[in-house]
Amino acid sequence: MTAQHPAIGEGRSALDRKRRAKGAVFAVLCGAATAVGVLSLAVLLVDVVADGIGSLDADFMTSFASRFPERAGIKAALAGSVWILFLTASIAFPLSVAAAIYLEEYAGEGWISRAIQTNIANLAGVPSIVYGILGLAFFVRTLGFDRSVISGALTLSLLVMPVIIIASQEAIRAVPSTIREAAYGLGATRWQVVSRQILPMAMPGIMTGTILALSRAVGETAPLIMVGAVGFIAFTPDGLRDPFTVLPLQIYNWVSRPQDEFRALAAAGIIVLLALLLSMNAVAIVLRNRYRTRI
Amino acid sequence: MATTYDVRLGPEGAALEAKNVSVFYGDKQAIDTVSLAVPKKQVVALIGPSGCGKSTLLRCFNRMNDLVKGARVEGDVEFRGQNLYDPNIDPVEVRRRIGMVFQKPNPFPKSIYDNVAFGPRINRFEGNLDDLVETSLRQAALWDEVNDRLGESAYALSGGQQQRLCIARTLAVKPELVLMDEPASALDPIATQRIEELIYELKEEYTIVIVTHNMQQAARISDYTAFLYMGKLIEYGPTDTIFTNPREERTEAYVTGRFG
Repeated sequence: MTAQHPAIGEGRSALDRKRRAKGAVFAVLCGAATAVGVLSLAVLLVDVVADGIGSLDADFMTSFASRFPERAGIKAALAGSVWILFLTASIAFPLSVAAAIYLEEYAGEGWISRAIQTNIANLAGVPSIVYGILGLAFFVRTLGFDRSVISGALTLSLLVMPVIIIASQEAIRAVPSTIREAAYGLGATRWQVVSRQILPMAMPGIMTGTILALSRAVGETAPLIMVGAVGFIAFTPDGLRDPFTVLPLQIYNWVSRPQDEFRALAAAGIIVLLALLLSMNAVAIVLRNRYRTRI
Repeated sequence: MATTYDVRLGPEGAALEAKNVSVFYGDKQAIDTVSLAVPKKQVVALIGPSGCGKSTLLRCFNRMNDLVKGARVEGDVEFRGQNLYDPNIDPVEVRRRIGMVFQKPNPFPKSIYDNVAFGPRINRFEGNLDDLVETSLRQAALWDEVNDRLGESAYALSGGQQQRLCIARTLAVKPELVLMDEPASALDPIATQRIEELIYELKEEYTIVIVTHNMQQAARISDYTAFLYMGKLIEYGPTDTIFTNPREERTEAYVTGRFG
């Protein structure tokens, strides 16, 4: 070997050191950005838990709202949120998945489906209060559902549907076309291809999108205020036409009161809301993994 | 431009016959008035350079082109006395009767057993499914390698095994004709050899049309070879003739490796 090529590490130039430094700076910046997110979340959690853990007991979970802080509880709001969550999921999920299947597997390429597609993408970005106004005008007034659980759930369904549709479409599109061809090639009908191959493969992605959308719905207040969720309520809903309140509203109601005790209750309410969100995500992960292992 | 056509059908007749088939993708013509008859229980190879339309032509034979947006087929494809493109023919039925094996192994993300059983199940097979799965896997020369792990994922198999599984899956719906679109192009030489041996065995019972890039492969396994160039059928005849004594200059140029 001739000595034309320098050994590794030999003659490292200033330029070389400079570009390495740039890389190092970028890595630190990215790490710092991550830390900002994680740390602020941690601070928030610690603060909320410190404030709220004292109020979080069995009485809190089983009592209704009250003007006396020591007697006030989260029961009505938790029940309302769970009702809204299940109703919204059972309305929005089938409709959205069906719409996504139609758009991906059945609809043609024409201008109508392009127009629908554009509209759905835009709807996903419409502020939630606008859905609230629609819900008030259509579900509460026109259909006469009044200020009820079903009005709230229908309104939130409209809110989350574009998000679920888009997520489902992406999951369906991610199923390799070779799988479709294989199934069609064996003499499967379109419905058989969709129901037996495409949906099972797309389901994990569809569920992730659904859960993210529902998590957003659980935290919504504005559209529910529009359709008449009440801040102070002393019973749980028994049916679709009953009035209701939800966790974020109850929390807001407590925070806006002057007494410090209510603020502790608000913190406890936040813990309950976070627990509900986390358990939803856990359910989603379990369902998703079950689908994956079947494959 | 004339086509040199030297295929005489035996007493068994044609399994499938294309008559003046043209295919368009939007404004672009991919196949230009191709006519050819596939003799029963023979292997016909479609060869030609990339983009010459051989896969497109193959996909006309089981109406797979229906799934491509903007594709339009003109002409007739006759199968058992019926034109497959007749308006009252159901493409789903066509694809069940005329099976297809694809370029890349494409097993379903299911168990080995469920892959083979998928076709019979969707076609309401009434009979012993276990037996059918075993027979199909034996026909595809895969049974001995997988009989103790039918419940495992098909993705755990090697590429060559996956392709034989796809062949077993196709055979399980008992097609009359099997179309193969470069079935060995994604496989190593050993796996390719196994597929070729398998095709040779399947000829006993099935008519096979195979698209291949590999001219040695066409020469080894086929009885008749069709050479396509730029969407046109240039020459169609016995494989020996095509490879040793082609009558068209372009065929000779292609099979001797001067272009393509």
